[in-house]
Amino acid sequence: MTGEPILQIKEVTKTFGGIIALNRVSFEVNRGEILGIIGPNGSGKTTIVNCITGFIKATSGHVYFHGKEITGKPPHKIADLGVTRTFQIMRPYYSLPAYKNLVIPLCSPRARRTGGWRGGGRLGDRNTVSIDIMEEIGFERDSYVPYKTTSTLPTGYLKRLELARCLALKPEMIICDEVFSGLSMSEIASMVPLIERLQMDGITLIMIEHRLRELFQVSNRIMVLNFGEKLVEGSAEEVMADPRVKEAYFGSEDIEEVMSHA
Amino acid sequence: MNTAAQQRRKERIDRGIKVRTDGLYALMSWRELAYLIAPRSILIVGLLILPLVMPGRYWPRVISIACIYALVAMSFDFLAHYVGLVSLGGAFFVGIGSYLSAILNTSLGLPPLIAVPVATLAGGAFCTLVLLPCLPLRGVYFAIVTLMYPLFMARLIEALDIVGGTDGIMGIDSFPSAWIEQYGVIVMVLIFLFGLRRLVNTDFGLVLRAVKDNDQAVKASGMNITRYKALAVFIASATGCLAGACLAHIYMWTGISTFALDFSILPIAATVIGGSGTLVGPVLGCLILVPVSELLRDFGTLRIVFYSLILLAFVVFRSDGLMAYGQRKYDQFERWTKI
Repeated sequence: MTGEPILQIKEVTKTFGGIIALNRVSFEVNRGEILGIIGPNGSGKTTIVNCITGFIKATSGHVYFHGKEITGKPPHKIADLGVTRTFQIMRPYYSLPAYKNLVIPLCSPRARRTGGWRGGGRLGDRNTVSIDIMEEIGFERDSYVPYKTTSTLPTGYLKRLELARCLALKPEMIICDEVFSGLSMSEIASMVPLIERLQMDGITLIMIEHRLRELFQVSNRIMVLNFGEKLVEGSAEEVMADPRVKEAYFGSEDIEEVMSHA
Repeated sequence: MNTAAQQRRKERIDRGIKVRTDGLYALMSWRELAYLIAPRSILIVGLLILPLVMPGRYWPRVISIACIYALVAMSFDFLAHYVGLVSLGGAFFVGIGSYLSAILNTSLGLPPLIAVPVATLAGGAFCTLVLLPCLPLRGVYFAIVTLMYPLFMARLIEALDIVGGTDGIMGIDSFPSAWIEQYGVIVMVLIFLFGLRRLVNTDFGLVLRAVKDNDQAVKASGMNITRYKALAVFIASATGCLAGACLAHIYMWTGISTFALDFSILPIAATVIGGSGTLVGPVLGCLILVPVSELLRDFGTLRIVFYSLILLAFVVFRSDGLMAYGQRKYDQFERWTKI
C-alpha cells in the first residue's frame, strides 16, 4: 500500500535560546501512508510540523520532499509544492462566511495550476467549487451552515474547515496537527472515515494526536517523541510495548486505556 | 415608570424592500431599483453639484481640499480595514505625490494633466518600495513606523536643502481651466470610491481581508502574503499620491507642509466620523470635517477646542460612524416591543 519515501527529515534540530525543542530528529514518510506522531506535552510535535512547513526555521538539519531540499523555504513555497498543514489552534478567517474561507486557497497559484477541484473559474466559480469541497468534508450543502459567519461555527466544523483548506490545494501531503482534539466522541467517529478516505485518495498524512485509540485505528506507523528526541518508531503494538514509551507516558490514562484494549 | 421602560426594548427589522433587493430580484421593479440607486445617486449628484451651489471662489476651493482629504481618507480606510495595515503615513503619500508632480512639471515641463497621472503611478511605486521592509510588521508597529516616514522626509528636505528646501517648489502650473481643477478631483474621488468598493468584493479583495483576519492561514494556503500586502499598499499609496499631486497643482506650490501631520490625522478622524470599513464613510467624514474646520476659523485658536469636542462626541456617542447609522435607518425600521 505504501511506496517510496517522499518526505525525509534528517537530523533536524531546533533550539529556542537555550531550550532544545528538537534534538537531531530524523524520519521518513512513505507515499500513501499515515504516520502518527505522538508524545507528551512539550515534546516537540508541533515544532517538527513548523520546521517541515517552513513556519519556523530549523537551527540545523535538512528536510527533503521528493528528494529536493525544502529546508528554509518560506511557508507559501512549501504549501505550493503540495505539503499542507492544519493548525492545532484553528486559524479560519472568522469574519468571512464559512465557504469563503476556501475561496482564498483556491486563489493560490497551486490551486490554479492543479485545476483546484474542477478548475474553479471555467467549470464554476470559486464559490461553487468551495461549496463542493465543503460537502466532501462533511458540511451539508443545502443547510445554512456553509453560509454562516465562521466565528459562529462550533469547533467540529472549524476542524473540518482546516482540513478543507488543505484539500482545496489538492495536496500531496497533509500534516494534521491534532485534528481530533477538542472534538466529542461522535465527532471523532465521523472524522475517522474522512481521514481514511483521504488516504485512499492517495494523500500522504502525518497525524499528530493525543487521541491514541483513534490514531492507532487509522495510522500505519507511529513515531514517539519525548523532550525533542525520537524515542521509537514502528507499528502501534511495537511502540506501546517499548518500556521507554511507557516511561514517557507514565501515569497517563490514555496509554493504560489503550493497552487494555490492545 | 422606570420598570415599564425596562420591560420593552427596541427591535430592528429589515425593511421588506431591503430583503427583496438583496438578490437578482432587485431588477424586477422600478421601486426596488430606485431603492438601490437612490443613495448612490444622491452621493454622485450631490458631489457634482456641490461646487455650483457654493458661493464665491472660496468655498468651491474648500470642496476641492475636502476631496483631496477624502482620497487620503479612503486610502487609510482601505489599508486599515481591508488589509489590516493601520497606516499613519497618509502625509507621506501626499507629500511624495505632490513633490513628484511638482518636479515633473517644473523641471521636465510636463503639463499638469500628464504630470498628475505619472506622479500617481510613480509615487505609488516609490512609496511601496520604501514601505516594503515594513510589510511584515503588524498592528501598532506598522502604525508607528509609517508615522516616521513623513517626518523623516520633511527633515531630510529641510536639512539637505534639496528640492527647494524650506521654501518648497514654486511656479507650478495650475490645471488648464477652473472647471478641470474643480471637477477633476471630484470625479477622481468618485472613481476611486466605486473602484475600491468593487475591488474589495472581488476574490482579490477577499484574499486581502483574509490577510487581515489571519495571515498565517493565508501563508499555509500557499500564497505569498508580502506580494498581496505590497499590491494593497501600492493601490493605497497611489490614491494618496494622486491627492498630493492634485494639491500641488491647485495651490501651484508645494513644500514640506505637505508632509505635515494634518494629512495623516485628519483622514483618520474623518474615517472615525464617517464610519470605518465602509469607504463611503471617510468621504462623507471629510466633506463634513474640512468645511467645519473652515467655519470654525472665526473662533481663532478656540477652533481646535470645538473641533476636538465634535470628534469626542462622535467617538463616544456614534463610534460606528455616520455611515453605519445611516445604513441602519435606511435598511431597517425600529419598533418598541414588550418583553
